[in-house]
Amino acid sequence: MPSGHQPILELRDITKAFGGVEALRGVDFALSPGEIHGLVGENGAGKSTLMKIIAGVHADFSGRFVLDGRETRFRSVRDAHAAGIAMVHQELSVAPDLTVAENVFLGNQPTNRLGLVQWRRMAREAGEQLKRFGIDVDPMSRLGDLPIGLQQLIEIARVLSSGARIIILDEPTSALSPPEVERLFATLKRLRDEGTSIVFISHFIEDILRVSDVVTVFRNGRKVAETLASETSKPALIEAMIGKGREALEETYSHDIMLPPPADAPVVLNASGLSLARSLRDVSFDVRAGEVLGIYGFMGCGQLELARILFGKLRPDQGALAIAGEQKTFRSTAGARRAGIAFVPESRRDMLFLQEPVYKNVSISILDRISSLLLKPSRERVIAARQVEQLRIRPAAVDLDLGMLSGGNQQKVALARWLSYPPRLLVLCEPTRGMDVGAKNDVIHIVRDLRAKGLAIIVLSTEPETVLSLADRVLVLKRGAVVREFANEQISKDRLLEAA
Amino acid sequence: MTSGESVAVTVDGKKPRGLGVVLRSQMRNIAPFLTLICLFSFFAVASPSFATLDNFGNILTQISVTGIIAVGLTFVILCAEIDLSIAAIANVTGIAVAYFTLQDSYVNIANVPMPGWAAILLALALCALLGLVNAFGLTVIGIPSFIMTLAMMQIAAGISALLVRGQIAYKVPPLVTTLGSTSIGGIPWIVIVAALMLLGGHLVLTYTRFGRYVYMVGGNREAAEYSGLNVKLILGSVMVISAVCAGIGGMLGVAHFGSAQQNEFDTYLLDSIAAVVVGGTSLFGGRGGIGNTIVGLFVLGVLNNGLDHVNIDSFLKILIRGLILLAALIINVYAQRLRERAVE
Repeated sequence: MPSGHQPILELRDITKAFGGVEALRGVDFALSPGEIHGLVGENGAGKSTLMKIIAGVHADFSGRFVLDGRETRFRSVRDAHAAGIAMVHQELSVAPDLTVAENVFLGNQPTNRLGLVQWRRMAREAGEQLKRFGIDVDPMSRLGDLPIGLQQLIEIARVLSSGARIIILDEPTSALSPPEVERLFATLKRLRDEGTSIVFISHFIEDILRVSDVVTVFRNGRKVAETLASETSKPALIEAMIGKGREALEETYSHDIMLPPPADAPVVLNASGLSLARSLRDVSFDVRAGEVLGIYGFMGCGQLELARILFGKLRPDQGALAIAGEQKTFRSTAGARRAGIAFVPESRRDMLFLQEPVYKNVSISILDRISSLLLKPSRERVIAARQVEQLRIRPAAVDLDLGMLSGGNQQKVALARWLSYPPRLLVLCEPTRGMDVGAKNDVIHIVRDLRAKGLAIIVLSTEPETVLSLADRVLVLKRGAVVREFANEQISKDRLLEAA
Repeated sequence: MTSGESVAVTVDGKKPRGLGVVLRSQMRNIAPFLTLICLFSFFAVASPSFATLDNFGNILTQISVTGIIAVGLTFVILCAEIDLSIAAIANVTGIAVAYFTLQDSYVNIANVPMPGWAAILLALALCALLGLVNAFGLTVIGIPSFIMTLAMMQIAAGISALLVRGQIAYKVPPLVTTLGSTSIGGIPWIVIVAALMLLGGHLVLTYTRFGRYVYMVGGNREAAEYSGLNVKLILGSVMVISAVCAGIGGMLGVAHFGSAQQNEFDTYLLDSIAAVVVGGTSLFGGRGGIGNTIVGLFVLGVLNNGLDHVNIDSFLKILIRGLILLAALIINVYAQRLRERAVE
């Protein structure tokens, strides 16, 4: 618990700008020994930026950085490591082609006197370390072959067992199943009791309240509140996060929702008998115009593969796709795009060009509609500016490199790409993952608008809330097969979880 | 239209970027230019015969063949691929155009004489075909371009060997002779062709949809695919463009040198890659362009030419060129890192 102790780490009046856009403005932050410090705030509020300063990723900022009572300045991540600070980033940073053991010992493999790696010892110790986190895998298996959730857990385990005395976790639970989250929390509390200081960033406010001692709230690059977790509540935190005057739209989905009766609109996409190696078995479904089809399942149920088949990125071993009754085989993603299919992958970075300006990111998929041979950059800018305004993308500058925008705004740009010339079918993977309440609501509104315009939409998610808040009809996918369809009936989070 | 608001939206993003950020992100364009100025100044001071109009003409002529080949290679490197077969394809195309031309009786080659236009078309078809094979291997079979074009280097050299069988051919069609070895108004045709091809390449890369696709595929290939671009088609196209540019360079080169024989273009592989990379086009793709390649060509041209003008051990020249190339590669990689940091 926080006490009158001297803080282990103290930041004073931190300001950090990216290309003139201020991400942090005069922020103070203090971390006591042996506390779990929760951080909440909307996307782009400055949480991740502050943590990257602590972890030595950003060396260029103004303000005072005091560690153990002495003013310091990290020039690199290496400096931060040396000072006992480690961070698990939001994006996985593992080496998928190396073994689990090599990943656990990345950078400090045990070696003998000749400098050769001691494989047997490394495998044994890695296995022991992981078992302590309840992970039971063969340490010599290739990391990339494991489900994403497990990979994330292994990365967290690596950092937690690195002996660091300050550990920063940025959205560690987004890909984890409930029991995995439980195990993580138990470990965090144990480490805290041993004296480690932990910073925990999450959009799941219940998680923050459950595990933290102290909670700090960020809004627009400023720290707006800091309280003991025991003295605050979820509504209070949400209000601090998004500011007064905005309705706190939060639904728990513990009650039943009535799915509407099937519409009579024409079928836009018909998939029949899709099968793919070990991922999918005989998956068939229809989507109609003006309908949102939710596809729910746990990590690794075959959703990702299914979505990629729909967009021509993967070819199914068996089965067929028909668009508006016409049989189609996509040789490339370009074929799917021309057939009127739009796709947003679960990791937005995979579809964005961070080193290119916003307008090129928006126009890339519609260039053949607005120009034949020669480009029309002014037209591209006008179209991009319209989307920037409609989706409230900030900063509102179409010539700024996309990498300078916050994660949430980048996600909006990913959606904006498909909106200027609406497609017939929109395939959205995890449309709200890692988003704060405000951005989630923005996305929900965008999807509902598109449905009202008559688009067929498929939402694939591992989060029941996402599917329940968007879908008119729900398919549950389990080990590559459709095990249940919910249509025109009562549905709730419990029933969904039960089916999967 | 919505131009009223959208102009406001467009403009205000540009202001806040500080000078430091701009300089850092433009490092890859500035560094080669500074290198060029330094080299030029050095040789101008070191040798009275260097900074003359005549010698400037020499430099232009000397870099023309490399320039023509480098146009296509720029496309390939912008896509983060490589083409090691360009010199061999240039060679085989030059030999092919001579093979289909009537040679003097003392040339002992079992050749197939044809009208000039047919010879040129056949030679162009040959280089395009070899480019297509590269494209097929890279995109359909999935062989990395480094290996695929290494194989093609041998294949093209093999065809060259079979066509000339160790002999030397001298005659090429009149059009090729004119473009390769004559001048108009004091300017060699080959310089004009090189300039036009560089200009053409620049226009395609900057102002066409295809050019934008090349940059986007090079910038982030996976994102290009998820944006619904036909990445394989674009990669295949740049391999064909590269082979055809190399072929044109080879034909004119043969006319320029006055003979067609085996291994004539071997040095052009390294020179072309060096020109593109020294100019600042990123080996990781997506950054750079023909403008960079032109600067790179001049850096190499001034260096090669200038070293002849100063009194220097000719064996040392090779080492110096190697060191300059290494320096350029270091800047190239460093510039990429600076830019990434500027964007973050």
